[in-house]
Amino acid sequence: MSPRTVELSVATPGLDAQGNPIRVPIPTSPADVDPELGGEHLLINLGPQHPATHGVLRLVVELEGETVVRVIPHVGYLHSGFEKLGEYRHYNQIVPLTDRTDYLAPMSNNVGVVLAAEKLMGIEITPRCQVLRVIACEMSRIISHMVWLGTTSIDLGAFTPFLWAFQQRERIYNLQEMWTGARLTTSLTRVGGLMADVPDKFITDLREFTQTFPDTLDEIDRVLTRNGVWVGRTQNIGVLTAAEAINYSLSGPMLRASGVPWDLRKDKPYLGYETYDFDVPVGENGDVYDRFLVRLEECYQSNKILAQALDRLPEGPINVDDPRVILPPKSRAMNDMEAMIYHFKQVMEGVKAPVGEAYAGIENPKGELGNYFVSDGTAKPVRWRIRPPAFINLASISKMAEGHLLSDLIAINASVDIVMGEVDR
Amino acid sequence: MNPSAQALQATFGNAIGRVVDARGETIVYVSAAKVRDVLAWLKNTAAPGYDYLVDVTAVEYRDRERPLEVVWFLRSLASTQDLRIKVELDPRGELAVPSVVDLWAGANWLEREVYDMFGVTFTGHPDLRRILMWETYAEGYPLRKDFPLRGRFSRSEQVRQALNVNPEGHYSMEELAIAESYDELPAEMRDRLARGDRARIPNSE
Amino acid sequence: MKHVETVKGSDNWLTTKFTSLVNWAVNQSRANSLWPMPFGTACCAIEFMATAASRFDLARFGMERQAFSPRQSDVLICAGRLPFKLAPVIRRIYDQMPQPKWVISMGACASTGGIFDNYAMVQGIDTVVPVDVYVPGCPPRPEGLLYGILMLHKKIKGEDLFDPTLRDEHLLNDKGLRLEPEQIDEISEPFGNSVHQFRSA
Repeated sequence: MSPRTVELSVATPGLDAQGNPIRVPIPTSPADVDPELGGEHLLINLGPQHPATHGVLRLVVELEGETVVRVIPHVGYLHSGFEKLGEYRHYNQIVPLTDRTDYLAPMSNNVGVVLAAEKLMGIEITPRCQVLRVIACEMSRIISHMVWLGTTSIDLGAFTPFLWAFQQRERIYNLQEMWTGARLTTSLTRVGGLMADVPDKFITDLREFTQTFPDTLDEIDRVLTRNGVWVGRTQNIGVLTAAEAINYSLSGPMLRASGVPWDLRKDKPYLGYETYDFDVPVGENGDVYDRFLVRLEECYQSNKILAQALDRLPEGPINVDDPRVILPPKSRAMNDMEAMIYHFKQVMEGVKAPVGEAYAGIENPKGELGNYFVSDGTAKPVRWRIRPPAFINLASISKMAEGHLLSDLIAINASVDIVMGEVDR
Repeated sequence: MNPSAQALQATFGNAIGRVVDARGETIVYVSAAKVRDVLAWLKNTAAPGYDYLVDVTAVEYRDRERPLEVVWFLRSLASTQDLRIKVELDPRGELAVPSVVDLWAGANWLEREVYDMFGVTFTGHPDLRRILMWETYAEGYPLRKDFPLRGRFSRSEQVRQALNVNPEGHYSMEELAIAESYDELPAEMRDRLARGDRARIPNSE
Repeated sequence: MKHVETVKGSDNWLTTKFTSLVNWAVNQSRANSLWPMPFGTACCAIEFMATAASRFDLARFGMERQAFSPRQSDVLICAGRLPFKLAPVIRRIYDQMPQPKWVISMGACASTGGIFDNYAMVQGIDTVVPVDVYVPGCPPRPEGLLYGILMLHKKIKGEDLFDPTLRDEHLLNDKGLRLEPEQIDEISEPFGNSVHQFRSA
């Protein structure tokens, strides 16, 4: 991570005799609270319909005064039965379901699920497809982090970054729409390839995006990183050490902010990520502020990867040359008997997978998204398991929030970057 | 083949069943009685130590004769090696495996989810409650193969049960006991809580 | 103004029915200053946020203030799917909203259950609360939501305030339901592609 020093301290009420700001100690644990002031504990129910819970999370909070003694999260308010539905669908039909799990990064979810299916079936995708999928993943990372920045800054009292972030999101939405026809539910990938190749204008527009997007990041950096209110509300809040982060199975920016340099793109590379030149930002303190810095820096790095991917985008087919997996083009299916039979069999019977199982993890914006398929030889999986990064990261919130103020709980909850569609599935 | 598989066989002998190596992934079948020892050994003693728990889940096959499997995905961050541990359980017998929450805190919610979706009990879990479905959900375990896709009840019955869950059904026993609020509950409600009768549904038989 | 006629020869006189004037004045002001209560659950909530943000700017339609509290809101926008676990929540939010109140069901899942025809999902929020405008799409584009909001404006402007049934509370009946069980079963019947998803292999 690029070194950034923070010079401003939290705004304080007045100056002392030497002209230094007076620091007001904030009681951070119940023990610091004056026992005279201690009364009975208060039980507060936050959610499931609350603008600061990022969806339908429900937190039951036990308070002593304003200090959080215990947080008991309740999830499942958006349980939609994805994994059960997956058992009734062909592998390609599962792709539209994945749009709707982590709906902040749909394209990256599409890539994750077909990587698992391809591993199960032993399919090698084409070089052009690999690069296009990298582009899809990194675009997803940017829009997901943009939502995170926008909503978190609203939670902590800054509205402007939300509008800036959503302007950039709209630009990526335009690109997604150009490529897939949909703003949000992209269903981009197919087993063995992609739904469609990118149009020519996409390349020029994405290049223009990569050149101008860092300006917005610089602007957000300028308005937040050294902002007294922002620093005061995020530093030393919700600290997790590296050992705790590993013990809680955290992944993604949450894990890296605690100082664990683990990124699947570097450590278990897929889609040829080992050939790209990018850095993995790692935090030191594991607090909300470091999580913000890690995510901000990841946006710069994703932008760098996008530029490299555009430079190297090879010509060639996007789909593997295997008529049992890839649908023949409509023109051939209508004129060629053999192509028509393949078309019919694939639509009616689906792509059959061999007996066995496969797990493929990818570095999603939220953390490690794992897709685990178990097949009994038919065209529908016996079991489709999503390893949900947001769900597992969220489980640590009780640990992080203990002893903080109620308003810090909002910052901590925001820093987890949850998306309830994926937490509850 | 992951070298830890041989190390496991050497250490635990016949508690280790077959070892499958396919698609670059190593799966080790372990007997249910020994699985906790195996997981603890892998975390604390083995070289490399499997310090990171990726996931816990279960698999039930369409073939009713095949056992139900509980799966632990382990990873060693230092050596980037993955290992998958499986336990086979008879779906008609008692579904119980030991909990590993004291080894990995991250297993807490994952085990609750497996309990919620498959009905597998994790003995020694500190707070084994349903997590995704609500606590008084009466239709069963959704990811079991004998569970129909649209649930067991009619749609109107499902709507009725959902709309008529008693308010205290939304809180866990633990929460109701917080901050003396338990004592302030009406006597009738306290009585029902003590009996474990959490949320009666009005107009139900 | 449909019921207002200018009297020939004088620009300073209007003749109209009193009820029409009241209807016009009240409905115009209601429609043009709706306070939405965004009940955002899933993907549609992201599109709702996009609608509220810079490019589409919901504030142009009198929705500058997002209520986030049911007690200070006029229109409940259910953006996203509604699982059974969430059904009592939306019901309570609807009950807490003061009259006059309207409901927009945004997206396929809120309107019909969408692709989630399974054990967890309410097959259309109209089995739980009454709905005024359905916005189709998965998710609807911001333009689609704006069109739905304009349709609601039109509906409000056409309301007759003197209709005694207009502000009925639609409480749950003695069976604990909003509709008869047979109606709910009929509304929730599988249709389209999901009738074929009985087989798992």
